[in-house]
Amino acid sequence: MSKVLMKGNEAFAEAAIRGGCKCYFGYPITPQNEVPEYMSHELPKAGGAFIQAESELAAINMAYGAAAAGGRVFISTSSPGLALMQEGIGFICSCEVPLVAMNVSRGGPGVGGIQPGQADYFQVTRGGYNGDCRIPVFAPANIQESVDLIYECFDIAEKYRNPVIIFADGMLGQMMEPVELPPKKEIASAEQIAKEKPWAITGTDHHEGRNVVYSLRLQPDVLESHVNHMFEKYAEAEKELVRYKTQKLDDAEIVFVAFGTMSRICAEAIEILEEKGVKAGLIRPISLWPFPKAAFDEIGPKTKVVISTELSMGQMIEDVKMAAAGRWPVKLINRTGGIVPSSIEVAERALKALEEVKA
Amino acid sequence: MKKKMFFAGSGGQGALAIGQMIAKAGMEEGNEVTWLPSYGPEMRGGTANCTVIVSDKTISCPLINDADVLVAMNLPSLRKFESMVVPGGIIFINSSLVPETSTRTDVKVIEVPANEKALELGNDRAANIVMLGAILKETGVCKKDTIMHQMEKMFSGRKAKFLPLNVAALELYCK
Repeated sequence: MSKVLMKGNEAFAEAAIRGGCKCYFGYPITPQNEVPEYMSHELPKAGGAFIQAESELAAINMAYGAAAAGGRVFISTSSPGLALMQEGIGFICSCEVPLVAMNVSRGGPGVGGIQPGQADYFQVTRGGYNGDCRIPVFAPANIQESVDLIYECFDIAEKYRNPVIIFADGMLGQMMEPVELPPKKEIASAEQIAKEKPWAITGTDHHEGRNVVYSLRLQPDVLESHVNHMFEKYAEAEKELVRYKTQKLDDAEIVFVAFGTMSRICAEAIEILEEKGVKAGLIRPISLWPFPKAAFDEIGPKTKVVISTELSMGQMIEDVKMAAAGRWPVKLINRTGGIVPSSIEVAERALKALEEVKA
Repeated sequence: MKKKMFFAGSGGQGALAIGQMIAKAGMEEGNEVTWLPSYGPEMRGGTANCTVIVSDKTISCPLINDADVLVAMNLPSLRKFESMVVPGGIIFINSSLVPETSTRTDVKVIEVPANEKALELGNDRAANIVMLGAILKETGVCKKDTIMHQMEKMFSGRKAKFLPLNVAALELYCK
């Protein structure tokens, strides 16, 4: 199959359509606007339904309802929009309803700015919803990986009956790269949904009695056992969904830990450092939850410092420190507010961090 | 081969469009490519720029620290970005709108009266394609045939009437 040059946001939308997306609910917010725009003209052609909701709150609750009926549902937003959706996401977790959500993130807090940011690390991995739940989060670094992940995440969401978040940033949403699109999956029919998802609200034609999707459990023992059941799923997810890539860890003095756009800048910073005679490597978490702790066991004996490199004031660094478990000093290289550092800046600051730990 | 190119102009001049055409042609010729636009709360007449990388190897970072080629469609773009060109690099200036030349003496400067030439052909909206022809001739970043093939697809159906003008614009500097 041949490659096409596509803008990130349009490719994300197309990947969802090809993954069998039945419904998309969106509300405009930069830098993800091309997702709803593309969905508005392409999803109906593919037999799905597009609705521009009146707000992010409406969008997430429409998604909640459609997903409870068993359809494949995709939503997208950007940072402050995701904050508005948090209540719904918690309800969807509790109700064990599958959903694929895309965050094309920007700088915060508050309305913040519209340039790329990764300061939603806490928001996506820890959430803003109440109660005990977890959400698998994947952070692609290029458009092809984004497409492949979105396509696959419908299956992951359905397997775990839980929302899955794809965490990209404004740069990935706005840029263009060649991409090979996967084959189109058919949108599941009501009969198929009733057969494959016995929990779904498909009407009494398809099963005895009625299905109810709910999150209210007033009896503590009932609620506790429900949460325990959810955490059995999460324990399995922690084993199955760990994904990461490493680069040149064997003889690295400096090991960067970076995801998404930032990992691509680190990859170039590694080349700059190499020219200066300093060996550096990279751990690129693809799954942010579950965080790829195992990657840190691959770090070689020459490493003097591990550097969490982020477009935030340092959020992932907490997971990096836990994974490093005191084996190496952990430093932070960061910019925030929508500023993306150059590979030269990252290389210079990494050299400084190396000097500091050597002193 | 790795070419780092930067296209800048005001919104509507087609700087982003020719960057995209080169990226697409690069891809069709089997190279790795990235196209990264500036984005913001801007409108027609505001500033617009994009970075294009065409490489025969995997492109790690779509952002650039310096450029082999700068295409400045207007004066503010030239002034703002001329310092990012590597020594020995090329600066293309749309001399129809830029009354001055580059302050750089260590780069090759190519002045293209893109708007005037496009107007002579019938419509100055093809100024960016005139510029594209000059870029192809000078840099060889992609083949003229690949771009020509792309234009045939772009200007088809209801837009087919624009094809002859754009072909003429492309061929002005790139026979």
